[in-house]
Amino acid sequence: MLRCVVAAAALLLASCSFDYETNVASGTRQGILHIGNGDEPQELDPHIVTGHIEHKLCLALLEGLLALHPQHLQVVPGVAHDWQVSEDGRTYHFHLRDDARWSNGDPVTAADFVYSWRRALLPALGNNYAYMLYYLSNAEAFHRGELTDFSKVGVQALDDLTLEVKLDNPTPFFPHLLTHMSYYPVHQATIEAFGAADARGTRWTRPGNFVGNGPFKLQEWTLNRRIVVKKNEQYWDADTVRLNGIVFYPVQNATTEERMFRAGQLHITGTIPTDKIARYRREWPQVLKLHPFFSTYYYLFNTAAAPLHQVQVRQALSLAIDRQQLTDKITMAGELPAYSYTPPEVNGYTADPVLRHDVHQARALLAAAGYADGAGFPPLELMYNTSEGHRRIAIAVQQMWKTNLNIDVTLVNQDWKVYLDKRDSRDYQVARAGWIGDYLDPNTFLDMYTSHSGNNDTGWSNPRYDALIAQAAQTTEQQRRFALFRAAENILMAELPIMPIYTYVNKALVSPEVRGWHPNLLDVHPYKYISLVSSADDTD
Amino acid sequence: MVSFIFRRLLQAIPVLFAVSLITFLLIHAAPGGPFAAEKAVPAEILERLNERYNLDQPIYVQFYDYLSHAVRGDLGPSFRYPGRTVNEIIAIGFPVTLELGCYALLFALLIGIGSGVCAALRPNTWQDYLPMTFATIGLCLPAYVLGPLLALVFGIWLEWLPVAGWELIPGDKILPSVTLGSVYAAYIARLSRGGMLETLSRDFIRTARAKGLPEAVIITRHALRVGLLPVVSFLGPALAGLLSGSFVVETIFQIPGLGRYFVQGAFNRDYTLIMGTTLLFAGLIILFNIIADVLLAWLDPKVRAETVYG
Amino acid sequence: MAEPRSTSPHRNAWRRLQRNKVAIFGLCMLTVLALLALLAPWLSPYSYSAQNLALGPSAPSAAHWLGTDLFGRDLLTRMIYGSRVSLAVGFIATAVALLIGVTWGALAGYLGGRTDALMMRLVDILYALPFTIFIILLMVVFGNNIILLFLAIGAVEWLTMARIVRGQVLHIKQQDYIEAAVSLGASRLRIIVKHVLPNIAGPVIIYATLTVPNVILLESFLSFLGLGVQPPQSSWGLLIAYGVETMEEYPWLLLFPATLLALTLFSLNFLGDGLRDALGEK
Repeated sequence: MLRCVVAAAALLLASCSFDYETNVASGTRQGILHIGNGDEPQELDPHIVTGHIEHKLCLALLEGLLALHPQHLQVVPGVAHDWQVSEDGRTYHFHLRDDARWSNGDPVTAADFVYSWRRALLPALGNNYAYMLYYLSNAEAFHRGELTDFSKVGVQALDDLTLEVKLDNPTPFFPHLLTHMSYYPVHQATIEAFGAADARGTRWTRPGNFVGNGPFKLQEWTLNRRIVVKKNEQYWDADTVRLNGIVFYPVQNATTEERMFRAGQLHITGTIPTDKIARYRREWPQVLKLHPFFSTYYYLFNTAAAPLHQVQVRQALSLAIDRQQLTDKITMAGELPAYSYTPPEVNGYTADPVLRHDVHQARALLAAAGYADGAGFPPLELMYNTSEGHRRIAIAVQQMWKTNLNIDVTLVNQDWKVYLDKRDSRDYQVARAGWIGDYLDPNTFLDMYTSHSGNNDTGWSNPRYDALIAQAAQTTEQQRRFALFRAAENILMAELPIMPIYTYVNKALVSPEVRGWHPNLLDVHPYKYISLVSSADDTD
Repeated sequence: MVSFIFRRLLQAIPVLFAVSLITFLLIHAAPGGPFAAEKAVPAEILERLNERYNLDQPIYVQFYDYLSHAVRGDLGPSFRYPGRTVNEIIAIGFPVTLELGCYALLFALLIGIGSGVCAALRPNTWQDYLPMTFATIGLCLPAYVLGPLLALVFGIWLEWLPVAGWELIPGDKILPSVTLGSVYAAYIARLSRGGMLETLSRDFIRTARAKGLPEAVIITRHALRVGLLPVVSFLGPALAGLLSGSFVVETIFQIPGLGRYFVQGAFNRDYTLIMGTTLLFAGLIILFNIIADVLLAWLDPKVRAETVYG
Repeated sequence: MAEPRSTSPHRNAWRRLQRNKVAIFGLCMLTVLALLALLAPWLSPYSYSAQNLALGPSAPSAAHWLGTDLFGRDLLTRMIYGSRVSLAVGFIATAVALLIGVTWGALAGYLGGRTDALMMRLVDILYALPFTIFIILLMVVFGNNIILLFLAIGAVEWLTMARIVRGQVLHIKQQDYIEAAVSLGASRLRIIVKHVLPNIAGPVIIYATLTVPNVILLESFLSFLGLGVQPPQSSWGLLIAYGVETMEEYPWLLLFPATLLALTLFSLNFLGDGLRDALGEK
């Protein structure tokens, strides 16, 4: 039968000439970039979506006051060409460029930003990322519905091209925040042509309707097939933009994506299957891009559940795992073993690497907690959400705890929503977790383990920790802030409500034709710097 | 016949009602709501979202609301994709799944009947053993093994066919159709071999042979019609299975069909999307079974006789 | 057609089956596998969970006949232990399906009338429920556990069984000897157990041998979705799902488990075909 299959396939092949040009070849010729983008975006509305996938799309279609440069991750002018910050760090003045245009030709004004930030904070819109705007004074009260008069919120258009922003606290990373999509502007007339300002999921984001101010404009959006954007001639910096268009493919399966790349259907992938890394290192190292990512992989301990309420037990568990071996043998993409919580080199901040691998001490601590050689240790469950990567880490950790501490651990695999539910209601003992920083500052990692944080699912609380984080929020001077963060992080790492395992690595395959794609900690690759050069007429 | 079809269609209504009730209860019993996310959603926001999508109502009210909209053809908004209605998602995804299913069935029928009949004409020779061995192998190869294997061989090594996509590159429909159809091809091969073997030993074939009719005429005019009856009765379940089981193939080959939403909907707790797709597939399963029964009665005098005398 | 029990059809069938070499091969193969699964702890050269991260995935060698997986675990051992899960799922789920299906079908067929219509309508409803989503939802609602896996799969597979059995019972009910038994005043239960059930054994056995491979494949599909057994346990489905991902890099991780699965399914199919021929069923 296989013979018949091959014969039939061969026949079909012969009948229609399949001597097709690959996407990479035709795309490079026409200046069209083909990208694997992980999944179908939930929406293209920057005030509704929260994911990395959607962020990559919004980056092409919209632009904030400021933008990030992919090489050094410093803020560079976007819609604003210049800005001043007051002495106390609480008031900003942004000067908008007069040639910034929406894709329909309308000028981008300061009023557009006031409208957009108000919309992002409207309670009924249900924006999950509204907290990113809480730094504006009174924004939180407005978002919670306690305040209805938006003019009391700290943003105001002084004239068409000047925006004044008032913050509650001096926030040295505020310019970085502005590059996040929750601060992107939206086009008022377009939004309101399709519904109220706070209506969810109206048709304004559809091709033909969408009006943006980014380097590209939306041309096609076919569900689960592809999204096509083409160069926006109205964009103020259109001369810099070298691509004529981008095609985004929602490829969920990493193995499929890798095959598409190898068959010349994609210029850039969103990831690469772990098992392929060794082979790419050996055979095609020039296309393999691995770079530390602003994200930590760790395990949560439920500090209310026995036996994890004992700090010695948590410390023993942490000392018993060999992080180097996990990253070398299991994750294999050159992830950095995490000996602290925040990733290294965050805008100048690097935490003290206090965690270690020490089986001897681990056993001693476990004995001190009353479980010498694991005797009498209560049953322990390790929960993770369905994913091959999480499964592998869990299997290896399970074995390390067994060998080194003689503790039996049961692995519990849960589907994503069940996992979230159990984590949220603290119905777990040990759970896998990961956190991607929202902005380039240690605060995005550290303020989530304060007692009042909605993201602290461990039940751990420490007043001194809370005080240090609060004090850092009041501090302008960067080195003093970092000292406070370091002190706080040392408390976190001594008491270990969480057990960091490694710093993520961003994995991608980038074909040699792509220029101007720079690996960086935030995995942002603004498309206006990217160009395509055919390897044939590549002279430099 | 018309009254038979009408009665069967009428019986489908309570069945569909029960299916929607079971599904509704199951998805609402599943832990974790549609809006749960990695970064904690503030309670006020969650409340507003639940209010917006009617999730704050008692469950029987929600069910009643859902059904009263559904019977008017409105399957509601998707929770996962706020800008899309379930009707829209089905309208985009279903034609793709249907097309894929039809190609797969076509492939399965061509290969299956071809090799099955060939095998039956020369039983217990290598022309019988070879296709039947392949058919058994086909039964053992799940799509998630066969799909990547075919993509690797024909897409990467031989560079004959695209490895993924649907209507993006010429020829990208071939591998997924073959992958999806192969298990059914194997089934059909076995069914048609069995059916033909039995038919060829029957009296009316012997009579025809005795009358000196050419072998080709005997086979095409007489034997096939009866010998392929098992295949016909298998068609209904096969097409239903092809449509509702295309999830794996759609994932492997990056196809924008409905199967992916169907499974993803369950994992995302996209209540309306699961309800909509489940109802659609349930309706199709019922419909295809009716069609298969009608076809069978039309082709097989024995079945018709049984409905009269039995 | 099932014949009345006059000349012990089952003994004849056994004799016919013995003459079918392929079917006997299948039977032997299955027996060997079952023994391997049962004796796994004594036969396995290594522990199924012991890791050797330093070794990692290695090709077949003298120490590890079928190679090792990503964690340096012995593949042969994992396959032997995996057969425990896969065969157990296959046979227990089929047994569940048999039990429910035969009871339901026999009762519906025998009682007839309104009860029959009602019972079969329930079967219709479950039939129309797309089973993928049904099983996924069940696993999500009640959590992953192996017992539930048996029940969920069994709950899906009993439907066809019930239909087949009902058809057979309807047919047998009209036979003279049953009517004779009824007129002699035998109780309904006695009639079902003593006369009806033995006569439907043929089609039921055949269908069961075809259900087992389906169920084994279904388990592997659920493993593909992450809903199967929990690590460090293994099942064929899990091994294959993982092997597919690495088939270019570590082909032995796909080749050996897939061959074993194929051999098992072959054996079951051969045995099923043999039984069908032996029992004279069409």
